[in-house]
Amino acid sequence: MDYRSLGLKVGIEIHQQLSTGKLFCDCQCDFSDEHHKEIIRRLRPTQSELGEIDRAALEESERKMHFRYQTVPYSCLVEADEEPPHDANKRAIEASLEMSALMSMKAVDEVHFMRKIVIDGSNTGGFQRTALVSTGGAIQVGDKRIGISTLCLEEDAARKIVEQGSEVTYRLDRLGIPLIEIATDPDMATPEEVKYVAERIGALLRATKKVRRGIGTIREDLNISVSGGARVEIKGAQELRLLPVYVEEEAKRQLELLDIKRVLRERGAKSLTLDIKDISPLFRDTKCKVLKGALDNKGRILAIRLPKFAGILGPSEGGVKRLGPELAAHARVAGVKGLFHSDELPGYGVSMTEVEDTQSALGTAPEDAFVMVADAVEKAMAALSRVVDRANAAIGGVPEETRDPLPDGFSVYSRPLPGKDRMYPETDVKPILVNEALLESIRLNLPELPEEKVARYVKDFGISKEQADSLVKSGYEDEFELLASGFGNSQVVARIYLNIFPELEKLGQKPSSLSLDVMKEVLTGLKEGAFAKEAIPDILASVLQNGHSVERAAETLGVEKVDIDSVRAVCDRVVKEKEKFIRERGEESLGPIMGLVMKELRGKVDGKVISEVLRERIKLLLT
Amino acid sequence: MKYSGLVGELLDKANAELGDVIEIRNGDEVYVGILMPHHDFSNEAIITLKLPSGYNMGIRVDGDSKLKVESKREAKERKKQSLPRDPAKKDIAVISTGGTIASYVDYRTGAVHPAISAEELVFSVPELMDLANVRAKVLYSILSENMKVSHWQGLARAVADELNSGAVGVIIPHGTDTMGFTSAALAFMLRNLTGPVICVGAQRSSDRPSSDAITNLLAATRLCIDGDLGEVVVLMHGESSDTYTLAHRGTKVRKMHSSRRDAFRSINSEPIARVEGAQIDFLSEHARRSEGPVVLKDKIDGRASMLHFYPGFEADHFDLIADHVKGVVVAGTGLGHVSEEILGSVSRAVEKGVHVYVTTQCLYGAVNLNVYSTGRDMVSAGAVPLGDMLPETAYVKLMWAMGQTDDREEVRRLMLTNIAGEFTTRRFV
Repeated sequence: MDYRSLGLKVGIEIHQQLSTGKLFCDCQCDFSDEHHKEIIRRLRPTQSELGEIDRAALEESERKMHFRYQTVPYSCLVEADEEPPHDANKRAIEASLEMSALMSMKAVDEVHFMRKIVIDGSNTGGFQRTALVSTGGAIQVGDKRIGISTLCLEEDAARKIVEQGSEVTYRLDRLGIPLIEIATDPDMATPEEVKYVAERIGALLRATKKVRRGIGTIREDLNISVSGGARVEIKGAQELRLLPVYVEEEAKRQLELLDIKRVLRERGAKSLTLDIKDISPLFRDTKCKVLKGALDNKGRILAIRLPKFAGILGPSEGGVKRLGPELAAHARVAGVKGLFHSDELPGYGVSMTEVEDTQSALGTAPEDAFVMVADAVEKAMAALSRVVDRANAAIGGVPEETRDPLPDGFSVYSRPLPGKDRMYPETDVKPILVNEALLESIRLNLPELPEEKVARYVKDFGISKEQADSLVKSGYEDEFELLASGFGNSQVVARIYLNIFPELEKLGQKPSSLSLDVMKEVLTGLKEGAFAKEAIPDILASVLQNGHSVERAAETLGVEKVDIDSVRAVCDRVVKEKEKFIRERGEESLGPIMGLVMKELRGKVDGKVISEVLRERIKLLLT
Repeated sequence: MKYSGLVGELLDKANAELGDVIEIRNGDEVYVGILMPHHDFSNEAIITLKLPSGYNMGIRVDGDSKLKVESKREAKERKKQSLPRDPAKKDIAVISTGGTIASYVDYRTGAVHPAISAEELVFSVPELMDLANVRAKVLYSILSENMKVSHWQGLARAVADELNSGAVGVIIPHGTDTMGFTSAALAFMLRNLTGPVICVGAQRSSDRPSSDAITNLLAATRLCIDGDLGEVVVLMHGESSDTYTLAHRGTKVRKMHSSRRDAFRSINSEPIARVEGAQIDFLSEHARRSEGPVVLKDKIDGRASMLHFYPGFEADHFDLIADHVKGVVVAGTGLGHVSEEILGSVSRAVEKGVHVYVTTQCLYGAVNLNVYSTGRDMVSAGAVPLGDMLPETAYVKLMWAMGQTDDREEVRRLMLTNIAGEFTTRRFV
């Protein structure tokens, strides 16, 4: 796809958790599975200066605002909104100023924290504390300059544990962890650029050594638009490798929607009105499980005609999802499980006859589509109302909205773009003066840049530049440095993180959970000759699967080192067995024969040793 | 705190007022935003602007900075609405002393405005209208730590007037810091109550969505219209959760935590009632509504002092204070003790006609000056033990008693009489 001609514009917002201790109290930045006490709270929407109180709206929001907060054994009164916030965490401020310097941004002269009203209960005070730290910077990625518009420091929200009806339960462990929020200008023009920019910013953040590591500690929001389309926000992506996929799929989605706009215009589609028909009688004897189930549960089947919408609801010829999933997502906001649309029927147990009856009942013409929903009447009507709104938006093209990222690289409608944030000063927290002395000390103590680290690794550890680059990108550079310095053998250490870890991940394991102590045990074992380096993948897999020690894993796997005589014995045996083959192939037989011997001796002996012995034996045979 | 020094001058010269959109030029840098108030701890060379994004930022300003007003602030029209009165509902009075039980936030300027009039209060807490007719007024607008004896007296008069003109209960929004002192003072000054007099406050200011103010206010309203209670109480959260509130006897209540919602506790006694939603459960003996009228005994002699004894307390200091007051409440250690050195001061004070009464700084438990020699010596010196009365309550009561009479024996009789539940004689395990 030629993204530039499409006018693709992408901006990223990165939220990175810090490990400096919480922003407004002295608690650790840790998660816990231990639930301790529970506090029940109601949040009340604050009335703005001129607002007239809408009783209905007040009641509605009050209904939704019952929250349970689980504490963990080390939760404090600040997190429970029972104590005023302490002064802002100095190290978090420093980390923000370091990042500002690394991205050539201009820091404000004094940092003022604000209260940003948050009504979903994820902050116990009813607001998130956030501050603007710096503006107007840029980073260089390849030969492109990417503008960095703002850097903010704010507190992370409580963790949602469960949502039941109108009651939501949160856990307080995550609340108050500092987040650095970095917003770029919409300067990225291709999915690949997005990945590079996210990687670069991630590497700079890790360079400060003040960030939390692991899944979920960094979250990205993508703002994507194509020419003629609209700004769509995909909020909360966590996997770096999926970012370009989200961008690509969203660009495709917007293009399809623009195509639909064209088709609708050509057909002369007009704004739809809400004209719902109850078609339940048509499905009295239906074989469709979904519809039958709804009717059995005292629900109704309601349908609506979408004039001129035929053929644009189902996927395109190229397999790109179009309007159907969008209508379904909006319908689900009203509480129904889904809908059926005419492009996918007959199907799902709905017969052709039933389809034709529905078309008659709705009075559809050949260019028309229809949508049906089966549920309790109020919900079904609310769902179809939303369907009509979304269909009308389709006539205009691409609606602005916020979408949730899905693990397969697609996204789904979540909610409208947020309105203007309501913020007012957090007067409980002292403003922080950013004077020349502070900036100077930040400048003098800037962390080692990723490229400096790469150069240093190449020089000090003798690994290749590609390996060093990959290590820094992998996020395991600190572990590599520690282990390679301590044990030497930098190639082996590099291989573990660059090759073995990804292999383990492919098998569905979580090598990131292996502690540094385990890695030290492995390298100690290797050094002492307890096993050979080829055994390492199996040993790590065994440790992950069984949770036992490296020593136990080696025992269980039977990879104790074998002495040189046994090696020779095995080699001799194999060479003798395959004598004919060796004579035919000559020295080239080394590879395949090596494979046979490795099968028997893998992990117990260094491959190099086997290779030498075999080479010698083969030579002997051939002469 | 206002902008001062160079910054103040620049703003004055440009005729810039809070809420105006101003432009600041520092060399090549230009900033445009709404002028925000100066935070007390902000640096004096910093101007705070609210940017279009909503964020505030502090900008350094010096002799080379250029400042001008882009546009003046919009005048705010606050709609005047009238309160409906429902003859089927009872009347309650809300007499505000300064605690903000309800407020509005102007997100544009960051200003927090308290709901002052009855109309504003009711319209920001519309649930009140479902329960009762509200007569609201602001008597004082002060931080509770600045309250004085004269404020208590004015408040007592206002309460008596409201109850005697048909209100079934009075709610007093009050700063939490000295709410226990006020509730004790009112309990002594108001006799024959026809309904509850309820001091309420908020540990989290009412501009926050999480404020405890509304729960407390609505619970107080319930108690006014449905509770058969004729006492002065403090009503606040019973636990950290927004579930139930507790009404504590005004003479037995103390703020026991600097910030928690459930900071107020009944000391040496049980709370009077628990209110959860519409449910009122009385937990202990209490006075019912009287037929009326409410009688006001509001004379107070403020010349008293509360002295918290500690090791190293010098006799000279005690003597100095005793020279300036008519009565002293001692918060002694343990069972009510002071050092030998102070015994002399106590004697001297009593001889000069100064009342000396004894409470325990342990707060929980009662004094007993019979057990140890120190205690017995204190009695011999003329100090009078006050059972399990709180030091703060005793201080307030002494001032009130001294206001009722000049007769020393009569003061003593009043002090040792259980007037408003300030004594309990049994403390449970």
